[in-house]
Amino acid sequence: MADTLTHADTHHEDGEGLWDGGKQPFKASYGKLMMWYFLLSDAFTFAGFLIAYGTLRIAMPSWPIPDKVFEGIPGIFGLGENGIIHDKPLYFVTFMTFVLLFSSYTMVRAVQDGHREYKKGIVFWMFWTILGGLVFLGCQAWEWTTLIKKENMTILQNPFGTTTEAGVYLKDGQPTGETFEIGHSYLLHKIGHGHGADDAHGDEAHGDGHAGDSHASHYTAPGDYPDAVVTEDGFILHKYLVTDGENKGAIKTETFGPKAFGALFFFITGFHGFHVLSGVAFLLVIMINVMTGLYVKRKNGYEMVEKIGLYWHFVDLVWVFVFLVFYLI
Amino acid sequence: MGHMTHEESVKSATFWIIVLAVITICEVLFALLGKGYIIEGLEFPVWVMAGVMILMSLVKAYLIVYEFMHMKYEVPGMVKSVLLPTLLLVWAVIAFFWEGADWNKRRTLIENKNKQTIETFITPTPTGELMKEIEQ
Repeated sequence: MADTLTHADTHHEDGEGLWDGGKQPFKASYGKLMMWYFLLSDAFTFAGFLIAYGTLRIAMPSWPIPDKVFEGIPGIFGLGENGIIHDKPLYFVTFMTFVLLFSSYTMVRAVQDGHREYKKGIVFWMFWTILGGLVFLGCQAWEWTTLIKKENMTILQNPFGTTTEAGVYLKDGQPTGETFEIGHSYLLHKIGHGHGADDAHGDEAHGDGHAGDSHASHYTAPGDYPDAVVTEDGFILHKYLVTDGENKGAIKTETFGPKAFGALFFFITGFHGFHVLSGVAFLLVIMINVMTGLYVKRKNGYEMVEKIGLYWHFVDLVWVFVFLVFYLI
Repeated sequence: MGHMTHEESVKSATFWIIVLAVITICEVLFALLGKGYIIEGLEFPVWVMAGVMILMSLVKAYLIVYEFMHMKYEVPGMVKSVLLPTLLLVWAVIAFFWEGADWNKRRTLIENKNKQTIETFITPTPTGELMKEIEQ
């Protein structure tokens, strides 16, 4: 027995006997290694979601245009209309990305202070990391609230549509000057939604003018009108005359965008947000443990801080791809 | 971090976070440029947009994993055990996107078939040679 042990020991340097036990072949602790494999499996879950998004997007004849959907920033100091400043494509989500990047940086600093066992530094940088996570979650809450409350998007309903034909909107059953091209993006409004400032919302934000919206308040009940159809739920679907392509001359009604968009958006950003939320919870617990001196007693060089660091960077990594798939392309 | 002093590793982290921030700004500017927000009338085709964006995102992913998650300090066996399985995703992307494109093609095909009107070649009254004979 003693012989074999010595044998393994002497051959360690050559890499032989590395897997015979008693050593760390990967030179990483069990906890860190398992965190890596958990993150690998989590990466597959996210990849599955994002690939589903891509597949469904490719399979649809039209898809909401991200820089038209995500074009609002919160109207602070009473700026903007109805609490939203419009026509700022991707500004808000870029800010969110920077918040996450910043918190990734503070996390690196916390881990580095862990290596030199500087307790005050760890707590300081972890505090900023937690704050970054909370700001990100706050931003996401605002984004979701706007989509659900003001733009009526749910997991089963997507009022963001894109035209697949060129056409012109109607007024009193006659074509107006409001023409649009293929790929024109629109947002379906609800009756009673288009009052005052909200009219401008439809005009400026989602499309190249939508005079239909300025008399949106004319519609009070569901029905089929000369210029639009109002659904049972109160959505106003404008009518238009097709001016190009094989259906030229036909009068058509705007349709809802692909349903899958709403479901995918809420599930994927929700799943990521849930990771951020649980990350914040773990960061908080570990920060308190650092403060009470638990890890000094364990004498493993603040390994727990390193592990939560890995997790937190992964959350940032996933956001890189969520940002790519949902907002950039 | 091993061989680096604390000051060196702080400097390195600060450098790479700035690089990541710059890439992010480039991504957003390119997205807006390619969709005609910056220069009126200038738009890039979808494959150019997607290609450049995916490339920049992969660079970002590499930097996060190697610099911030310290993958570059891990032993080769461990790196392989984590990174090689992700190659399976390459095939997942190809296979599913292929399938998605096919769904789209089939949808168009079915829509076109539904629009088709079938011309009938059967005339209402028989006019064959035999019928003529009978009539006579």
